[in-house]
Amino acid sequence: MRVKSNKPDLAEGDLTPMIDMTFQLIAFFMVLINFSQTESNERVVLPSSQLVKPPEAPLDFPIILHVAQDGEIILGGESYTTETLSTGLRRELAVMRAEKKSASDANVIIRGHQDVAAGEIQEIIRVAQENELERFALRAKEDRS
Amino acid sequence: MKMRHPVEREKNELNMTSMIDIVFLLLVFFVMTFKIVEMEGDFSIRMPLAGSGGATSDVTDLPLKLRLRADNQGRLTSMSLNEINLGNDFDQLRANVISLVGTDAPAEGEEGPEIEIDTDYNLRYAYVIQAITAVSGYRDETDQVVKLIERIKFAKPRR
Repeated sequence: MRVKSNKPDLAEGDLTPMIDMTFQLIAFFMVLINFSQTESNERVVLPSSQLVKPPEAPLDFPIILHVAQDGEIILGGESYTTETLSTGLRRELAVMRAEKKSASDANVIIRGHQDVAAGEIQEIIRVAQENELERFALRAKEDRS
Repeated sequence: MKMRHPVEREKNELNMTSMIDIVFLLLVFFVMTFKIVEMEGDFSIRMPLAGSGGATSDVTDLPLKLRLRADNQGRLTSMSLNEINLGNDFDQLRANVISLVGTDAPAEGEEGPEIEIDTDYNLRYAYVIQAITAVSGYRDETDQVVKLIERIKFAKPRR
């Protein structure tokens, strides 16, 4: 005699390909994720240049200054003007001196907005020079067109 | 009558739900934090405070002077290199630099030609970078960078 089972038929889909794909996507994003967000600022649109290339080695003792379109300077997450920038630079230099390095070893990376007044950049360089900084890097984005 | 149950194979199935939940959370995290980073590079400028470096004694060591003028909106109106008017054509600027310094590779460090950029205060920074690009070099047919002037400095800001 045939006895029918009362168990409902469970329509189980095969999840293996989906999990495979999901893991591949995760691996892709993990490899490409950039944690060095401190080097960028959403308020700064860099000017472009056909000559610049990504540096082969990171600059020594970088001091990164973001310059927004209105001339506001962002250093280490804090806002400065050209009048108050010395305070922020002195703080950075104090950290360097604690590591037995002089101001001339530092590299000031200026990430200026493409539409900021050029005079603001000159003022920043002047203030940095007054704090004995002498190496500057004007950052631009690579233009491959 | 003896009834025989069909032999049910015991399935040892793992419960995948929690793993898939976490995997999707990870996926959402990476998708949301993903940002396409543009390739960036630097123009290096060594500019000690005036007077701290060696004084320029030889007239031939005087830097080339590039003057950039702007209108009220910060657009470039004219350029002049050593008083030679160039309009606002960066190709002409590069051609003049080549005629003045040649295409020989510039000496590294403190040697080699130098240029001083004197710009109106309100000129947009993008024009300055274009000018620096024009005087620094160019890409030849084989996409190799030919360097022209590596020593660049700024004049005092004009208020």
